[in-house]
Amino acid sequence: MISSDPTKVTRICFDNIEVKNMHKLDVAKKQGAYKFLPTVLKDFDTDQIIDEVKTSGLRGRGGAGFPTGLKWSFVPRNTGKPTYLLCNADEGEPGTFKDRDIMRFDPHLLIEGMIMSGFALGVKDAYIYVRGEFLHEYNVMCAAIDEAYAANLLGENILGSGFSMNLVMHRGAGAYICGEETALIESLEGKAGRPRFKPPFPAVEGFYGCPTVVNNVETLATVPAILEHGGAWHAAIGKPNNTGCKIFSVSGHVNKPGNYEVPMGTTLRDLIENYCGGLQHGDTPKVVIPGGSSTPWLLGEHYDVPLTYDDIMKAGSFLGSGAIIVMDETADLVAVTRRLSHFYAHESCGQCTPCREGTGWVERVMNRLDAGQGTEEDVKVLFDASTHMAGRTICALAEGAAAPTLSLLKFFPKDVQAKLVEKSS
Amino acid sequence: MSSSKMPKFSKTRLAEIDALVKRYPAAKSALMPVLYMAQEDFGYLSMETQEMIGNVLGLKIMEVREVVTFYTMFKEQPHGKYLLEVCTNASCMLNGADALYAHMKETLGINPGEITEDGLFSIAEVECAGACAGAPVVQVNNMYHEKATAESMDALITKVRAGEAI
Repeated sequence: MISSDPTKVTRICFDNIEVKNMHKLDVAKKQGAYKFLPTVLKDFDTDQIIDEVKTSGLRGRGGAGFPTGLKWSFVPRNTGKPTYLLCNADEGEPGTFKDRDIMRFDPHLLIEGMIMSGFALGVKDAYIYVRGEFLHEYNVMCAAIDEAYAANLLGENILGSGFSMNLVMHRGAGAYICGEETALIESLEGKAGRPRFKPPFPAVEGFYGCPTVVNNVETLATVPAILEHGGAWHAAIGKPNNTGCKIFSVSGHVNKPGNYEVPMGTTLRDLIENYCGGLQHGDTPKVVIPGGSSTPWLLGEHYDVPLTYDDIMKAGSFLGSGAIIVMDETADLVAVTRRLSHFYAHESCGQCTPCREGTGWVERVMNRLDAGQGTEEDVKVLFDASTHMAGRTICALAEGAAAPTLSLLKFFPKDVQAKLVEKSS
Repeated sequence: MSSSKMPKFSKTRLAEIDALVKRYPAAKSALMPVLYMAQEDFGYLSMETQEMIGNVLGLKIMEVREVVTFYTMFKEQPHGKYLLEVCTNASCMLNGADALYAHMKETLGINPGEITEDGLFSIAEVECAGACAGAPVVQVNNMYHEKATAESMDALITKVRAGEAI
């Protein structure tokens, strides 16, 4: 059980992650799942729930870090149109694998979070958009949803409250871009996942033109604890403006890669040395990508940075989804960048010219550089293409694509130079 | 294409599709789940299958094609009974995925897009599978094999060839 004393809280979403068979309703109920739901449905109203979530300081855990309560408050009421709640479980950012564990080990936590959030927003139909590769997680979620329907936790007149909500699982099919919320909506409408211009924002005009809230799995899974213990309780965990706990997916050159949930403000060094079993080689990492492959690199000198949205930003990057990719001295940074540039070129949806063409240029130049066939001119082209595509497109994919190349050029020009073909004059 | 050769969903499937369509505000939302059903039933999405799906959901062929060609998990070509998808993105790369992928291609004697002579295997290099703690990751028909090694993949291939369950 999560302590009602915020100073004693070390985990929220992963509180029951090791409990055996937690994916089954009877086991989950014994651990307290759905215990507070009747109180929410009976005693809370929309404003009260939105206020609690605002007070909690919860920021979106999918990558952007936008305040959840504020996002919810943008939803217009009494429009005569349905309001939809979509859970973003597309989890495709390289290095991210946290939502997978919530879904496969504690699916009822997510379902309960969605019922409470859906109740707050007056939602009748909610959807979970899960990446296509997560077939096992999809099956676990479907089974948990079936159990929840059978127990009247979903469907008509939930627990006699008068509130009704449906929840449907929907599989993506291998397109990274569908993690972008408007692309996700397009995809859920049965189309190619191409991001939409904003505004209008989904809160006003989203799924089939109706008010729509898109929240990440971890965000929604945090809602039950916030409503049970109060927004002020959550706000007292972590750091000001960076409240609560956060799951970090740590991979790369560490001895014990995995998901670790810790209070916000835990330092990178603490996480890697005391949770992840330290680095595979050496005492200090060469590069740490703090928030998924789309975030600028941090260096060994940032090893003591507290893991908060604000501190990581001060250090020059983003907390993103909390996907930490660690590289020690053995990493070939040109090769890693080449591989990431292939990823972005492959995943660009193609609708904006700077991204469609830019990611292709970057990939081709990186291929030459990594093969030892690059020239000084290539380095210039790499810099130009990367800087010119960022910020000139509908969505942020191009900015993400530019992060690895610009970090490589900025911090490790010697690594690039070392691979250039010798100049023939 | 004569209509006799047109692939057809079973009655059970059509009933499933009817129920599925009701879960969305519009039938078009059911397109992706129906494409998965077709892949399960027919192995891959031939042009005839795509036409048939358009008819079932009341969509133009271009609406179906747009989706099929946009998403990598929809296959327009047949592949082996077991599709081995090796993630070579950053975290897997840092843990030896390139060497593993090269080893598997050599063991099977095929390149992406090909099928082994016994019809059992195809191979592909894929983007981040979202299981980076288990790098390198190989998906075998959507079942994740984490911390994969040349030995563990050789063993899997041998088992499949011997007709054993994996």
